[in-house]
Amino acid sequence: MGKNGKAPAPGDEIHESLSPFFRGMRDAIPIGLGYFAVSFSLGIAAGNVGYTVFQGFLLSLLNVSSSGEYAGIVLSAEQAGFIELALMICVANARYLLMSFALSQRFAPTATLFHRLTIGFGLTDELFGLGIASKGWLNPAYMYGAFLTSIPLWALGTAFGVYAGNVLPVVLSEALNVAIFGMFLAIIIPPGKKDPVVLGSVAVSFLLSLLVSIWPLTASISSGTRTLILTIIIATAVALLFPLKDEPAQEIRSESMEES
Amino acid sequence: MKHSYYTYIIFMALVTYLIRVLPLTLLRKPITNRFFRSFLYYVPYVTLAVMTFPAILTSTSSLLYGGAAFIVGIILAWVSGNLFVVELGCCITVLLMNTLIH
Repeated sequence: MGKNGKAPAPGDEIHESLSPFFRGMRDAIPIGLGYFAVSFSLGIAAGNVGYTVFQGFLLSLLNVSSSGEYAGIVLSAEQAGFIELALMICVANARYLLMSFALSQRFAPTATLFHRLTIGFGLTDELFGLGIASKGWLNPAYMYGAFLTSIPLWALGTAFGVYAGNVLPVVLSEALNVAIFGMFLAIIIPPGKKDPVVLGSVAVSFLLSLLVSIWPLTASISSGTRTLILTIIIATAVALLFPLKDEPAQEIRSESMEES
Repeated sequence: MKHSYYTYIIFMALVTYLIRVLPLTLLRKPITNRFFRSFLYYVPYVTLAVMTFPAILTSTSSLLYGGAAFIVGIILAWVSGNLFVVELGCCITVLLMNTLIH
């Protein structure tokens, strides 16, 4: 295919009989299976506000990001303005900026713009992790193989979630409503065991979010706007009070932010 | 004027895509600003926390069910940390309370 601008690191691929494309497909199978289950809960949330099965499929196929998609579902259900939506998506997906910066260092100097543009599309926490973990320059074929066995499952999971929310008995679909929040908790709570600042930020966020939603003066603010404003205020405050130590790359933690 | 979900989906996809490809294509230098790096590091935790609570309370037919799922979710996330265990635990909590209390 001639798209292999990779200078293999010593030891890399010597014992591998599979081509990079198929290795990518193989390595991403577990990611794809996980994606199906996770994006299923997004589908439940989307179905609740009236997304069709196809809209759910399209949403996940084109966005491939759970917190961004969920924020988008909430805002679109509120018929929010597009500037607000753009800001919210930027905030919910801000970490992709970091990953994109990090991954850009792994492209061979000869890598074409085309590869940068297409690999950027599938930059999720897990697929970023695969790319960073591979040795040598990033191999575009490897990434495309990984996309192929994960992103379609992400989209199908959401479609299936919308469908299931529509056909399951109310008792079951109501129980499934909390799945997405369980997923969020599984992402934000465990890192707090090692990082008290994260734990504190999460607790303060819970508290302020509750206060803003019940305090009469602010209760009428839509949940999308509330998320946007509180995120900017709290994250700014925490970043000023507890800045990270000056070691670049320490913040790239695809393991702990395992979410797409 | 009411916008269709398709408009929202396309718009979201464009913004998400730009965030992902801008550093890969135009701004290839790493971020060195300490405040900005810290801000980007904390943002996901804060935004997911704000989206979770109190929304989880009103996602079920009773604040009690959602509240119980919230507490069970935090405990399971702390103890096991496994995404599916936490998701399933939250769902089962609501299911049980719903069927037992009725």
